[in-house]
Amino acid sequence: MPKNIIEKIWESHVVIQKNGHPAVFGIDLQLTHEVTSPQGFEKLRQRGQQVKQTHRMICTLDHSIPTRKNRLEIYDENAKNQVEQLRTNAKEFGIPIFDFDSGHQGIVHVIGPELGLTQPGMTIVCGDSHTSTHGAFGALAFGVGSTEVGLVMETGCILQKPLKTLKVEFNGIPQAGVYSKDYILALITQIGIAGGNGHIIEFCGEAIRALSMEERMTICNMSIECGARAGVISPDQTTFEYIKDRKYAPKTEDWEKAIQEWKQITSDKDCSYDKEISIDISTLMPQITWGTNPEQGIGVSESIPTISSLPSSHQSTAKKALAYTKLQEGKKIEGTPLDYAFLGSCTNSRIEDLRIAAKILKDKVISKNITMLVVPGSEAVKAQAESEGLDKIFLDAGCEWRMPGCSMCLGMNDDKVPSGKRCISTSNRNFVGRQGTGSITHLASPATVAVSAIKGVISDPRKHTS
Amino acid sequence: MQSFQTLSSQVLPLNIKDIDTDMIIPAQFLTQTGEGGYGEHVFQRLRLDKNFPMNNQKYTGAQIIVAQDNFGCGSSREHAVWALLQYGIQVVIAPSFSDIFYSNSGKNGLVLITLEDQLIQSFIDTAEKNEEYILSIDLEEQTVITQEKNTHSFDFDPFRKECILKGHNDLEYLTDHMSEINQWQKNREENLYYSTLQQNNS
Repeated sequence: MPKNIIEKIWESHVVIQKNGHPAVFGIDLQLTHEVTSPQGFEKLRQRGQQVKQTHRMICTLDHSIPTRKNRLEIYDENAKNQVEQLRTNAKEFGIPIFDFDSGHQGIVHVIGPELGLTQPGMTIVCGDSHTSTHGAFGALAFGVGSTEVGLVMETGCILQKPLKTLKVEFNGIPQAGVYSKDYILALITQIGIAGGNGHIIEFCGEAIRALSMEERMTICNMSIECGARAGVISPDQTTFEYIKDRKYAPKTEDWEKAIQEWKQITSDKDCSYDKEISIDISTLMPQITWGTNPEQGIGVSESIPTISSLPSSHQSTAKKALAYTKLQEGKKIEGTPLDYAFLGSCTNSRIEDLRIAAKILKDKVISKNITMLVVPGSEAVKAQAESEGLDKIFLDAGCEWRMPGCSMCLGMNDDKVPSGKRCISTSNRNFVGRQGTGSITHLASPATVAVSAIKGVISDPRKHTS
Repeated sequence: MQSFQTLSSQVLPLNIKDIDTDMIIPAQFLTQTGEGGYGEHVFQRLRLDKNFPMNNQKYTGAQIIVAQDNFGCGSSREHAVWALLQYGIQVVIAPSFSDIFYSNSGKNGLVLITLEDQLIQSFIDTAEKNEEYILSIDLEEQTVITQEKNTHSFDFDPFRKECILKGHNDLEYLTDHMSEINQWQKNREENLYYSTLQQNNS
C-alpha cells in the first residue's frame, strides 16, 4: 500500500504498541535549551540516573540570553542562573553544549540544520513548539513539554498516539516580493489557528519544490501556528545539497549509503491523507497580520476585514484584537506608522533572510522613527553575514546588528518592544504582549519588514523591490 | 503525578477562544528553573483588566475553568499547566484543546474535558449570571453533573484515564518496556549517521 512520508517515519519509530495504549515512540535527536530542560535534568539527578543517549543530544543557549555585544554579563539574576544551570547540566551529564563563542551557539532550530544534525527520516524533539522547523528536511519533529524532555533524556522515548495527516499543496509561481513566509501566513489565515489541530502537515507542490532549505524551514516552523504538531517536506536534491559537508553530516561511504536511504523517505505516488488542501500562490500578496493571533492576517495592500464580514464565532475575538492593536475595521493597513522592526527568530534569522533584507536596505536608511534590531540566528549565520558585508549594510542603514538568540520574538530577555509601541516582525506569534507587555506585533516576511522600516510605515515590498 | 477521581467546584468562566499559553503564563516568568512558583503569575496580563473574571470575588477558590475553543494554543511551555495547577485549577472544560497543551496536561493530572459548544456556552452564561455555579466531575464515570442535576458524558482516552485515576506517570510505563527500547535503539543505530559526541568534518 502506498504510504505518505509521515506514515513511513511513524512506523519506523514505533518501538512497541499495545492495544488501547499509545505507542512507545523512539526519538533520534533531542535538542535542548536553557528554559525547558532544567526540570528534566533535575529529575534525572534526583533519581540518580544518566542521560541514556548522550550522543543523540545537544544543548545551546538562546531564549533568555541578552543579544548585546557584552552578552557574557547577564543582568537578570534568574536568566543568569538558568544559563549557568544549563552549563552545569551539560557538563555533569556529558552533553555537548554550543555555548557563547563556540562558533555555533544560536537558536536551537537554526543550529540543528546548520550543524547537519537534522537529517531525513529522523524523529526530533525539543521543549519548544517551533521544533516543527526541522520537518523541512523530511524529519518528524515536534515540540514537547518539560516532562517529555525528561522522558527522552532518561529513555530515548515518549508515549505518543498517531496523529492524522494533512496534505497542503502550494502551486504556482509567486510574484516578486512574495516569499515562503507569505505562503504559510496565508495558509494560517485560511484554515485558522486551530485548523491543523490533531494533524501533521506534509507540504507539497511545485512551489515547495522551488524553495531553498531556508524558505522551507520558515514554512515548517510556522506549522504549529495553525495547530499542527509538525510540518514535513519530503527530501529532494535541495535537501541533500544543504546537508552535504556540514559538521555532523555523513561522510564518504556513509554519505552514499545515507542518500540511498533518504531517497526512500518520501511520499509514495498515490498515497493518501486524512485531509487535503491546495493553495494557488501565483496571485498571493505579501501577507501581514492585523490582530493578536497569526490567523488574523491579510494581503498588505488589502483592508482589515469589517467585524460583520467575519464568521460570528470570530467576531468578539476580532473586536478585542483591533482594540488591542489600535486599528480600525475596514481600513487599509498599509501606511500604519511603526516604532520597531525586528528581523530575527527561528522563523526568519537564517543567512538567506538576512540577504533578502540587506538587498533592500543597501544604500538606504531606515526611518528616524524606527528602532530596528537585526539578530542573526546563530554565530555561524553572523559570521557568514559579516563575511558578505551584510552587517555593514544593516549598520549603515541605521539598524542594530546584534548577537544571536531568540531576542525580541518572545519577551523573555532584555529585547522587548515597550508597551504601546508597534513592531513589524519576522517572528511567528503576535499574541497579546508576546514581544513585551503591551507591545503590538505585525507578522510579515523579511522583505516586508525591511521595506516598512525604510518607510516608517507598513509598506508593500512589491512597490519597492525590483 | 497527583491522582484525580472526583471534584465538585465553583466554575471560573472564561468566555474567550484561543487562550494561548502566553496568556496563561507570560514568557517573562519562565526564567525559573523549577516546577514551582508559577501559580501566582497565572493569567498575569489578563488580570491587569479589572473586569477579568479571576478578579471577581465570586469565583475565588474555583477549581474548574470553562473556556472556549482551542484552549492552550501556542508555545509548548509545560509551565502553563504547572501555573494552572498551582493556582488551584484541576479541570478545564472547553470545546477543544491544542495538542501539546493536551499532552502536557495529561502528564500532570490536569483533567481536560471536551464538551460541545452549546453546552459550554450555557455553562459560561450560567456561571456569569449566578452567584454560584457548581459542576461535579467524575473521571471514572466520565460525567459532568450540573447544579441542575443534568448529567453530561464526555469522552476520555482510556489509557490516560487510568494514569490519572491511579497517579501513574509515563516514565513507569517506559521503564517497564526497557528491553524492547534497548533492542530498538540498537537496531536504529544502523540508520543514523551522526553522533553529537563526534564531529565528522575533516
